Amino acid sequence: MHHSIEVMNLSYSYPDGHQALRGVSLNIQPGEKVALVGPNGAGKSTLILHLNGILAGQGEVRVCGMEARKENFSRLRAMIGMVFQSPEDQLFSPTVYDDVAFGPLYQGLPPDEVRCRVEEALAAVRMSDYASRVSHHLSMGEKKRIAIATVLSMQPEVLVLDEPTAGLDPRSRRSLIRLLDELPMTMLASTHDMLMVRELFPRMVIMDEGRVVADGLTAELMQDVALLEAHGLERPF
Amino acid sequence: MHVHFLDPYRPRRSPVHSLDGRVKLVLALAFIFSVALTPSGAWPVYILLFSLVLCAEVISDLGVRYVLKRSLLAFPFVLAALPVIFTTSGAAALELTLGPWTLAITQPGLERFLSIACKSWISVQAAVVLAASTPFPDLLAAMRAIHVPRLLVAIFSLMWRYLFVLVDEALRLMRARAARSARSADPALKVGGSLAWRARVAGGIAGSLFLRAIERSDRIYMAMVSRGYDGEVRLMPSPGLRPVHWAILLSGLAVLAFLLLAAYLFWA
Repeated sequence: MHHSIEVMNLSYSYPDGHQALRGVSLNIQPGEKVALVGPNGAGKSTLILHLNGILAGQGEVRVCGMEARKENFSRLRAMIGMVFQSPEDQLFSPTVYDDVAFGPLYQGLPPDEVRCRVEEALAAVRMSDYASRVSHHLSMGEKKRIAIATVLSMQPEVLVLDEPTAGLDPRSRRSLIRLLDELPMTMLASTHDMLMVRELFPRMVIMDEGRVVADGLTAELMQDVALLEAHGLERPF
Repeated sequence: MHVHFLDPYRPRRSPVHSLDGRVKLVLALAFIFSVALTPSGAWPVYILLFSLVLCAEVISDLGVRYVLKRSLLAFPFVLAALPVIFTTSGAAALELTLGPWTLAITQPGLERFLSIACKSWISVQAAVVLAASTPFPDLLAAMRAIHVPRLLVAIFSLMWRYLFVLVDEALRLMRARAARSARSADPALKVGGSLAWRARVAGGIAGSLFLRAIERSDRIYMAMVSRGYDGEVRLMPSPGLRPVHWAILLSGLAVLAFLLLAAYLFWA
């Protein structure tokens, strides 16, 4: 059985010279739910963007046993469902339906299959009635759910989320957490929401200054107040 | 995650960089005016003007190659002057026959075209040196100091500030699209959809960028009004010019005036 995500000694510098990743290694087993925490600028988003080849640094990245190389990128993008922090970026089509259908249509699936996938994805996020709505006018929580549906329609093996609860009111946050809890696939979420981490993610990886500084059981790492504070995190009550 | 390539400013430690922005702006504008006013065919003056801008390039430590590469921007404008070759009256140097039409390339036309090409190329180099050696905020301050209309300067400055935000936004949208542009497990399926469908998606992206730009401008305006904006941008007064900068400014203007005078006396 392959690891869902294998990152070996990955380094990356942005074109302006800023080094965002310094030798990051990370393994995630199929079915695991892992939280990626750390202060802003720690390299969490940069790491995430390497998983489907949007950025390419030095080091080895394998997803579902497939090496992240240029010729594999388009397959990787089908296996990794990436939900960006801002749903505004993810929802670029006129209607909710068009957005959820984008991935399957791009893959060239037959129309019946596309329709089926869109219905399933919208049902999974409980937004079936929204298919013909205009994304622009939805609330933040609704947009977030649609953004997740846009990758579920591609039936990915791994769901990667960048700050899933950022900017949500308590009720939308609660229903999003419930939704993430229901989804069966492997999950990696970069977040500042420590309460959600404790509730949803049994494993936690702490990043700071481009390195993985701790990787272990959430329940244990949350006890280590000194470690959390050293990396700008707070223990949730 | 940000776009840097748009900013033409290249930090160096050179006399050109440390020169006051107002002096640089005025000299660059005066230089471009002089180039524009030089009569066509005054080749020796062109060479002198070119050597002036070349001096600035060398002193500025930007690298002549960098400036020349950037100055290729002048090329499309040169193309716009191409009809001059045929429309200027004079002795025909070469005649082209295209079916029922005859196009005559005249000698004065050719001279004029080459002059325009040289002039735009030299002018663009001056603008490149100015933009690469002066941070944009200094340029804006210089524009205000020489009394460019305030509204215009305010528009420049807001445009500059939010251009990067918009480009970043476009980059994120395109990234989100790339993340979902995938190949299915079945290799027989044609990836990418039809051209019309892709065009519709691209149109959607452009449209949402436009909507967001409008919404953002509303938010910016409200934030400005909340801080007391009333349509007038008020600024700290800029300090006076140092004597050495006055000297550089005046001698630069004098050299340009001399060149222009010489051009009209001997080559007009």
